[in-house]
This record gives sequence, C-alpha cells and structure tokens, in this order.
Amino acid sequence: MIISIASGKGGTGKTTVATNLALSLGKGVQLLDCDVEEPNAHLFIKPVFEKTEVVAASVPEVDEEKCNLCGKCGEICQFKAIVVIGDTVLPFPELCHSCGGCMEVCPVKAIREGERVLGIAEMGRSGDLEFAHGRLRVGEAMSPPLIRKVRSLTKSDGVTIIDAPPGTSCPVIASIKEADFVLLVTEPTPFGLHDLKLAVGAVRILGIPSGLVINRSDIGNDRVREYAAEVNLPILMEINFDRRIAEAYSRGQMLVEVMPEWREKFVRLYDRIAELVEAGKH
Amino acid sequence: MKELVIISGKGGTGKTSLVAAFASLVENKVLCDADVDAADLHLIMNPTVKERHDFQSGHDAIINAEKCTRCGLCRELCRWNAVREDFTIDSIDCEGCGVCVYFCPEKAIDFPLKTCGEWYVSDTRFGPMVHARLGIAEENSGKLVTQVRQEAKKMAEAQEIQLILTDGPPGVGCPVIASMGGASAVLVVTEPTVAGRHDMERVAQLADFFRVPVMVCVNKADLNLDATSDIRKFSEGKGYAFVGTIPFDPVFTKAMVEGKTILEYDSRSEAAKAVLKIWNGIMESMVNSTA
Repeated sequence: MIISIASGKGGTGKTTVATNLALSLGKGVQLLDCDVEEPNAHLFIKPVFEKTEVVAASVPEVDEEKCNLCGKCGEICQFKAIVVIGDTVLPFPELCHSCGGCMEVCPVKAIREGERVLGIAEMGRSGDLEFAHGRLRVGEAMSPPLIRKVRSLTKSDGVTIIDAPPGTSCPVIASIKEADFVLLVTEPTPFGLHDLKLAVGAVRILGIPSGLVINRSDIGNDRVREYAAEVNLPILMEINFDRRIAEAYSRGQMLVEVMPEWREKFVRLYDRIAELVEAGKH
Repeated sequence: MKELVIISGKGGTGKTSLVAAFASLVENKVLCDADVDAADLHLIMNPTVKERHDFQSGHDAIINAEKCTRCGLCRELCRWNAVREDFTIDSIDCEGCGVCVYFCPEKAIDFPLKTCGEWYVSDTRFGPMVHARLGIAEENSGKLVTQVRQEAKKMAEAQEIQLILTDGPPGVGCPVIASMGGASAVLVVTEPTVAGRHDMERVAQLADFFRVPVMVCVNKADLNLDATSDIRKFSEGKGYAFVGTIPFDPVFTKAMVEGKTILEYDSRSEAAKAVLKIWNGIMESMVNSTA
C-alpha cells in the first residue's frame, strides 16, 4: 500500500503527518521523503543512514574530433541544452532534460553520455522503520528525476508512506503518481483552501482516491469543511491548534513521542485509509 | 530600480502574509506573485485584472492513430515510458522532448505548443500587480516565474516605479532559481524550528550561489527563542542582514480570513509593529548594499 501525503499549500503539516503516521504503524513500514528540495522527515525520524548514492542525470558530452558541426543536435533539442555556434558545439548541461535525442540523432556518434549530479539518495532505518530520502544539490533546478529515484526504492510489500513537497506542479506529481491513496493536509484558512483545491485537481487528474487531514483545525473558518463536503473529500482526521504541538515540532520532536495518545489516532487514520482504498477497488 | 524577492526554503513561514503587509507600508511599488504553482497573494490583494495572457511553453506529443503503424520505435526511444501499449501518449508523463516526433517514420506524432497557464496584469488597492496561474500538474513553472518577473520589471520601468516586491515560492528548485536571478536582494522568512532552520540554510546557500544579498527574518519567533537566537547568530556569521523577528500572532490568520493585510486588520498589534521594524531594517539594508 502506497500512501502519499500532499497539500498544495506549504507548511500545513505534511511532514508531521507522514512521520507520525509511519512511526505509529509499527513493523513493515517504509517512509520515503520525496521533498528532495527541502527534506525534513529525517530531522524527526533521525534514521541511521546505511547507504548513500549519488544520483546523476545523463547529459551530452561532445567529442569535438568526431563532430562535423551538422547542427542536428541543436535542432532536435527542445530545451536549448546543446547549440552549434560557428565552429563550436556548446552543451548547457544544466538545461538538459536527459531525453537522449542529441545522442540518437548525431550522424557521426560524436555525443556520449556525461553526467550532471542531481543530488544524493540516502537510505537507512530507525528501529523497525525503513527510511529513504533525496537531497537535491543546491543549484540543481530539476527535482523530478531525483524524486523518481527515491520512488524506485519503494518496497513491494508492506506500507510505504511518501512525504511529498508543497505545490501542485511536476515535483508533486512525481511524488503522488501511482500511489494507492493521497492524503491531503490543509489548514482551514483562505490560503489553505485555495491551494487545497489545486491539489484536489491534481489528484483527480491522476484518478487516485484521497482524503483530508485538517491541521490547526480550530482556527480560520469553515470554508475548507464546506468545500470538502461539496467535493466528497472525506475528512479523516483533525489536529487542533496546540502550542505544545508547535513547540515540540520546533525542537524536532515526534508528536507521538511527546503526546503518546496520538499514536492510536494515527493508527485509526491508517485504518480509515485502508477501508477507503479497499472500497475503491469494488 | 530594485527588486526584493521574499523566499523561505520551508513552506508556510509567512512569505505571502508578509508581502501583503509590506504592500500596505510602501507607496510606490509593483507587486509580483512569483509563486505561480500555488499563488495566494491575490487572496489578500483582491486584484482587478486588466490584462490576461495565455502562457505557452513546451509541447504536447499526440499520436495520430490513422498514421501510426505501431512500429514501436517511439516506445523504445521514450525515456519516460510515456507511450502506452495502445499507442496513446500519457500527457502527464510526457516530457515534451520531441524525440518520438523527430524519429517517427510515419511522421504520425503531432507536437502542438502547450498553453499551460495564464498571467495577469492587475490593479489593486496597493498599486499594480503581476501574477499568474500555472495549470495543475504542469511543468515549466520556472519559465512562468521568469515571465511574471519580466513583466513586473517592464511595468516598473515604464511607470518609473523604483521597487518591485516579489512573493517567491518555497523550495530550492527551478521556480525558486527563476525567482531570484538578478534580484537586488532576497528576504528569507524563516521560523524557529529545526525544519525552518534546515531549509533556510539551503535556500540562503542558493542565493549565495547566485550572488544575491541575503536578509533574514524569523516569524513566530517566540515559539522557540533559543532557535531564534541561533538563527540570528548563524545569519550574522554568514554576513546576512538579520532584519528582525515577528511574534506568533493569531492576527495573521484573522486578517487573512477577512482578506486584509495585518496592518489593515490591526496596525497596533505586536505583529504589525514588528513588521514595520523589519521593513525599516530592509530599507536600510537595501540602501546600504551595493546592489
């Protein structure tokens, strides 16, 4: 079972929900932090890292001896990542999307695969919980290839929980596609509602069942609840605003360790998700 | 003409609320919402749209079933497995690289330009605003960010306005990079939490990489005064201008619910006073900087 935790708006509590849900479920659980631009889950889970892998994207490297300056590489490239200017071929590896087109089209096989480092993937564990995250190299523009690498570490059995980044564009899509369920976390405010609608749009385009957690549920207004009812988005959990929770969070403490009564609530959250996924299959 | 870009690293630290508050403090400026992925500034600014433009970027690849012979070359070449077994292309997976289009022996693949969002030039009660909406699940957010910033710059030049206030996105990826290139300064809005601190360091590092001067302020500062103090020391150690702190205050949410800036909602609140101090710190820092 793959559950992706997303939101639309940043700072609503995705990492809080993802980490505490993962920790509350006991054995056979894996947590993948796919917010590779700003991974935070490890700050709370504090895993012992066992393996680090450098993740790179393929980019063109031109053998100038072989190159006949025909310019076909520049013609096929949609991203302006390789250009012939006068008697030079200029690759721009930071713009390259690694489609392989230039290598495929070169009539004299003058282009070989070089590398652009995207970042690292780190794998480890904390007690029974298996953990992995990606850490994007600062200066790297593209997060989806590194997110896909982290997603490729998904175990074939048990429960995988994915902490997604904020927003609704390609990094989020890479983090939620092919999940069995997307758990959306919001706050009951105008910004929360606006961005939740975008997130629901994304989830519905992908055809994945979803549910809602309302964090800081007793502030703001009721519009999020009204919206959820309108679009049949089940509200699966509410976390009231509690300064103690915020302060524990500020120190990197797990909610279920500071307030153990929450463990059972997260277990029940999982049970509700499992029911919805099962019901959706029929 | 100067552009101040407000970023954070971590989401939810208060960038948009702060930009809205600054908007009520400063007379002559152009507002720019560069968080095109999940734009929220308009919810407070309540813009009247004067111009609406399509944003076109990238291409869709669409197989013409009548011409397709199902030779399978496209499926072999596609590095995203976007061509399904039934020879339709999944537009979400499709990267728009055009390789299948180029190599299809039957020229059976169309490659239309995509309209993936819109951008707007608007009026608000606080002056002109450029903003945008990226389509859900779309790519090319960096390009749309660049577009709105360019339009804001054009407008500022045309109207001889000296300041652009840009609301940036969270993270450190392509939309953030696109939001800070050429900025006069960035203001990193952070929070006194381990996550806020972690993320702030990364985005500040990104700004350093692009040689953009960094200012830092801590929102919800009284949640953890030790962490706030650590952030201040860290910033000063790095040569970032630490421009102030804001206490946690429910006034931010109450103002947002009413579609107001915190200065409109309660200019005598502690938070509003703190924001004013921060703005003065920012002005000093920008005047003194070499940017």
